[in-house]
Amino acid sequence: MDTISVYVSPWRRAWLFVILGLVLSFLVAPVLIVIPMSFSASNYLQFPPEEWSWRWYQSFFSSVEWLAATRNSILAACLTTVVATPVGVLAAVALSRARGFTSQMAQAVFLLPQVVPVIIIGIGVFFLYIRLGLVNTMAGIVLAHAALAIPFVVITTLSGLKNFDINQSNAAQSLGAHPIRAFFDVTLPQIRLSIIAGALFSFITSLDEVVISLFIAGGDNTLLTRRMFLSLRDQLDPTIAAISSILIALSIIGVVLFLIFSKHRDS
Amino acid sequence: MRYALNHAVLAATQRREQRSSLYAMMPGLLLVALVIGPSLWLAFLSFYANGQPSLEHYQRILDNPSYTSIMLNTLHLSVVVTVIVVLLGYPTTYAITLLPKRGSAVALACVAIPFWTSLLVRTYAWMVILQRNGVLNGWMLDLGLIERPVRMANSFLGTTIGMVHIMLPFFIFPLYAILRSIDPNLVRAAYSLGASPSRAFIDVFLPLSRQGVMAGGLLTFVLCLGFYVTPQLLGGGNVTTISMKIEQNITAYSDWGAASALAVVLIVVVGLILLVSRWLTTRGAAWR
Repeated sequence: MDTISVYVSPWRRAWLFVILGLVLSFLVAPVLIVIPMSFSASNYLQFPPEEWSWRWYQSFFSSVEWLAATRNSILAACLTTVVATPVGVLAAVALSRARGFTSQMAQAVFLLPQVVPVIIIGIGVFFLYIRLGLVNTMAGIVLAHAALAIPFVVITTLSGLKNFDINQSNAAQSLGAHPIRAFFDVTLPQIRLSIIAGALFSFITSLDEVVISLFIAGGDNTLLTRRMFLSLRDQLDPTIAAISSILIALSIIGVVLFLIFSKHRDS
Repeated sequence: MRYALNHAVLAATQRREQRSSLYAMMPGLLLVALVIGPSLWLAFLSFYANGQPSLEHYQRILDNPSYTSIMLNTLHLSVVVTVIVVLLGYPTTYAITLLPKRGSAVALACVAIPFWTSLLVRTYAWMVILQRNGVLNGWMLDLGLIERPVRMANSFLGTTIGMVHIMLPFFIFPLYAILRSIDPNLVRAAYSLGASPSRAFIDVFLPLSRQGVMAGGLLTFVLCLGFYVTPQLLGGGNVTTISMKIEQNITAYSDWGAASALAVVLIVVVGLILLVSRWLTTRGAAWR
C-alpha cells in the first residue's frame, strides 16, 4: 500500500500520543473509579476503599423503593423498545422508498426529537399529559420515550437499507409475493443487524432518560434515573455508587459483546 | 402501444407506492407529533398573557437582569466546553487514525465505554471525584500540589469538566469517520512534493477535515445549550442554565408563560445554529 512511504519519527508525534493517552484516561477513569468505590465500607466513598464491603449493594437490594424504581425502568425500557422498533422500521422503509419534498420533510420531522432540547420536550409533554391525565402513568412514559427513541431506529435502519438492493424486494413482489411478505422474507433478514442496533438504542434511550421522566414519571411509576437524580440533588448517597457500578458493568459488557459481534460479522 | 400501457401501469404503481409509504410513516409521525406538538402549542401561548396577545413574557426576559445573566452564563459555559472539546478531541481522533488496527479498536472502545454509560452515572462519578473530600483533592493533597482542598464540585469548573467528559465521544466518533475517509494519498503527494510533515498536515489534511470539525463543533455547542442534568448536579446552585430556569419556572412557580418564552428563545437559537451548520456543510459539498 505504502507506495511513497515517508518516515515520520514516532518521537515527532510523541506529544500527539501523550494527548491521546491523557484524553482516553480522562474518559475511562471516572467511569471505572466508581466500581471499587462502591465496595467501600465507610459512610462516605473512598478510593481506594480502606475496608471492603457489600453494604451499599445490600442497601440497594433491600430497599423496596429502589427495587420498584428499577423494575419500572426495565419495564419502561422494554415497552419503549417494543413500541419504537416496529414503528421506526416501518417509517425507515417508507422513507427509503419515498421521493420528493414530502419525504424530505418527513425525514426532518423524524429527527426533531433529537434536535429539540429535551427540557422543551419535557415541559411540552407535561403540559399535554396534565390535560390527558397521563402524568405518572406507564403509558405516558412509554409514549414519550418511544418518540425519543424513534430517530435512532430510523437512522440505523436507513443506514442498513442503504446496503440493501431494493430490486430484490421488487423481484419478490413481481413473483407474486405480497409487499408485506416480501419485507419479512427478503428485506428483513438482510437488515436484521441494523434493526437490532436500533432496538438496543431504544432500550438505552429509555433507561437513561432523566429530564422528561422528572416531569411525568412520579408516584408509583417513578423510574430509576429519576429517583437517582432527585436523591443526588440532596446528598451523595453511596447506594447510588452501587447502582451506578451495576449500570457501568452492563454497558461495558454491552460494548465488549458489540465488539465481538461486529468482529464475527467482518470475518 | 404496449410500451405506453406499461408506462402508465408503472406510474400508477409508483403513485400507489408513494401513498402507501406515507401511511407507513403515520404511526411514527403521530408519536413524534405527540412530543413536539405540545411544545408548539406552548410556543404559541407564550405570546399571550391573561388571555390577550402580548409580549409581556418576552419583555420580562429582557427587563429582568437575572434572565440576561442566565443566558450569558449558558452561552459562556457552552462556548468554553465546545472549545475544550474541539481542542482535545481533534488531536485525540487524529492520533487514533494513526494507530495500528488493534490499537485503534482499543482506543475506540475506550471512547465507547463512557458513551454507552448513562449520563447520570457519569455526572455522579464526577461528583464523587471532584467533591471536597473526594479522590482528586486527596491525590493533590498527597502530592503536595495544594495545601487545602480546592472547590471543584458545585462550581463552573466542575460543570465544565463533567460536560467535556460527556460531549467528547459525541465529537470524536463522527470526526473519526471523517478523518478516516480522507485519502491518505493526498498527504503522501504533499510529502513527495517536498512538504514537511507539519506543512502537509496544515495545508492538506487540516483543510480537508475542516468541515467535519465545524459540524461536530456546532453540534457540541447546540447540545451544550440545552444541558440540564450535569449543570444541575455539578453546578450545585452556582451555575444556572436556560434549561434549569425553564424547569424551575414550571416546578417551583408553575409559570408556564415565562418557561415557554425561555423555551422559544432557546429553540430559536438552536434552530439558527443548526441552519448555519447545514448551510456550511451543503456549501462545502458544492465546492468539491
